[in-house]
Amino acid sequence: MLCGPETNEEKMLEIKGLHVKLEEEDKPILKGVDLTVEAGKVHAIMGPNGSGKSTLSYVLSGREGYEVTQGSAELEGVDLLEMEPEERAAAGLFLAFQYPVEIPGVGNMTFLRTAVNAQRKARGEDEISAADFLKLIRQKAKDLQIDAEMLKRPVNVGFSGGEKKRNEILQMAMLEPKMCILDETDSGLDVDAMKLVSDGVNALRDAGRGFLVITHYQRLLDHIKPDVVHIMADGRIVKSGGPELALEVEHNGYGDILAEAS
Amino acid sequence: MALPKLKAEATEALLGARPLPKGGCLQAARESALARLREMGLPSRRDEYWKFTRPDTLISAEAPRAALFDAGEAPMFSDFDRLKIVFVDGVFDAEASDDLEMDGVRIDRLEDICCQDIHWAKDLYGVLEARGQSPVQRPLATFNTAYATDGVAIHVTGKPSKPISLIYIHANEQSDAVLHHVIRVEEGAEATILENGPAASRFNKCMEIDVADTGRLHLVRAQGRDHERRAATHMFARLGRESVLKSFTLTVNGVLTRNEAYIELTGDDAVCHIAGACAGDGEFHHDDTVFITHDAVNCESRQVFKKVLRNGAVGVFQGKILVKEGAQKTDGYQISQSLLLDGDSQFLAKPELEIYADDVACSHGSTSGAIDETALFYLRSRGVPEGEATDLLTLAFLAEAVDEIEDKALAEDIVSRLQAWLARRRS
Ligand SMILES: Nc1ncnc2c1ncn2[C@@H]1O[C@H](COP(=O)(O)OP(=O)(O)OP(=O)(O)O)[C@@H](O)[C@H]1O
Ligand SMILES: [Mg+2]
Repeated sequence: MLCGPETNEEKMLEIKGLHVKLEEEDKPILKGVDLTVEAGKVHAIMGPNGSGKSTLSYVLSGREGYEVTQGSAELEGVDLLEMEPEERAAAGLFLAFQYPVEIPGVGNMTFLRTAVNAQRKARGEDEISAADFLKLIRQKAKDLQIDAEMLKRPVNVGFSGGEKKRNEILQMAMLEPKMCILDETDSGLDVDAMKLVSDGVNALRDAGRGFLVITHYQRLLDHIKPDVVHIMADGRIVKSGGPELALEVEHNGYGDILAEAS
Repeated sequence: MALPKLKAEATEALLGARPLPKGGCLQAARESALARLREMGLPSRRDEYWKFTRPDTLISAEAPRAALFDAGEAPMFSDFDRLKIVFVDGVFDAEASDDLEMDGVRIDRLEDICCQDIHWAKDLYGVLEARGQSPVQRPLATFNTAYATDGVAIHVTGKPSKPISLIYIHANEQSDAVLHHVIRVEEGAEATILENGPAASRFNKCMEIDVADTGRLHLVRAQGRDHERRAATHMFARLGRESVLKSFTLTVNGVLTRNEAYIELTGDDAVCHIAGACAGDGEFHHDDTVFITHDAVNCESRQVFKKVLRNGAVGVFQGKILVKEGAQKTDGYQISQSLLLDGDSQFLAKPELEIYADDVACSHGSTSGAIDETALFYLRSRGVPEGEATDLLTLAFLAEAVDEIEDKALAEDIVSRLQAWLARRRS
């Protein structure tokens, strides 16, 4: 299986032969996923609806309802699958949800501060002071053009589709994870918002951080230039290559690639 | 109509050996209450209005015991500047209480009023309680009118600078407190009354509230945390034109609580909000029974009740909005919800609307649910540990009720108590 050229770069996320089925029924969804994201790299996953992209992101972040029947997933050499979701987050994993969740009654600001401090505590660090937190979040929100009023509102409640996605990136910027998974963060964004979000992501790109960007559209990849592009179909990575692979999909669809893979 | 034999017997068993306390100008009210009580009898399990809550231990001749509880933290409202009125097992404690003098309000003790021939309280004591006996009977309140040993008459004539704080201390494992307060808020006057503590191993409390046109009254109450304490409380209120009554009750713990409210909106443009947040773990039965009558034009009423239940705890809500003929432009809202933290707990709700006017907006809803798993995962995926995330969602669930408290500092105090209660249940 192809995972881009072999390098001796540091592995951030390493998934080997991952098989996943639904807990409640015998429905296999992931059928042997192999994927390695190196620190400092951006990998993109494209693939038809229902191929298992979101499932992969959920399983990596520890959502209930799935059962891993085979294979492994490690973050910096540490077994992810044994950890609770909050432990994975504290270890540096972040998932920007395809469908961000509304939480009535919990203020966005309270939510973020609780999250930042919980992660710090888990890593044995001191809590951030209220003043420092405020300063930080104001700056990051400004970069993403999220106004102060949105920070006070309950998490994602009454946010537009695009606002929800920007709010995901704000969380990412505040939490500074090592491994960022973005599940269709571009869908629902207008052209300007896409630029904002991409700038937010690019600002976080550095040698110590890995990205896995799930998308249906080449357009996002114009802004966030991937190092490697993977095609997922029917629970497997069926093809990997450089940025040109995304262009091929954009022009020709998945037909040829799928035919070639089977 | 004669009472059924069992009911008559139970009633006499409680009343039998009890002499009526001294009455003075309230003597007639006490005697008439006793006569009414003999006619209606004490509540029994077979009464429709007591379908979800067993009254047995509230009417037994002897009050059941309740172990004393040391919360290990400062009592509610300690941080607030207030005028303290302390009752220990239902007995006024002059030493622990403040001087009852304050600008804008006149406070008298019921025990003193009962030695006087004339007092304004005579026109209120037992009057609203008697009005509140229809269409359903509330005999425990009538019992209270007859037998209350003490309480306060609060006459609000201006805007007192600090809240009046009624503190109910439970000191004796077996105690039976019966307190009755009457409150009159004059035109344009405004006050806040705080109540906290279990009062006794068994507490029967009745509060009659008359708010004149444009008067405003805020009530914030925290019922004691003693696990085995029992309480039956009644609030009867009558609201005049453009008046406001807002009441919030926090209940954590307590083996049995029945809080009844009977409110009549009798003047146009009156506003009544009545809310409660309760949290119970294990042996906990909490009943909110509310009856709001709209009898004037353009009045607003809100009932917001939230219950967090676990380990077999039981929550009850019986709430009714009655909109009388002519009470046009009524805005009535009623919500009662429970959050069941496990499969053993239960919530029994009977929301009712009865409307005889045509131009009204009334809504009611009642739900029972578990923690939202999707929201829980979302929080955990951001690094918030499961327990903390559950607490956050639980407090969010209670927020709509707590938000009914106008004073933000009081609301924060309430939230921090709830937070601590939840956190203790995880450690
Ligand atoms: N909890 C679940 N219950 C039932 N089916 C599920 C569940 N989770 C995933 N599936 C199924 O697994 C398959 C993969 O779903 P997934 O959401 O991972 O696809 P995807 O690649 O993200 O698709 P899209 O591009 O539409 O977002 C689909 O057939 C989906 O219906
Ligand atoms: Mg998806």
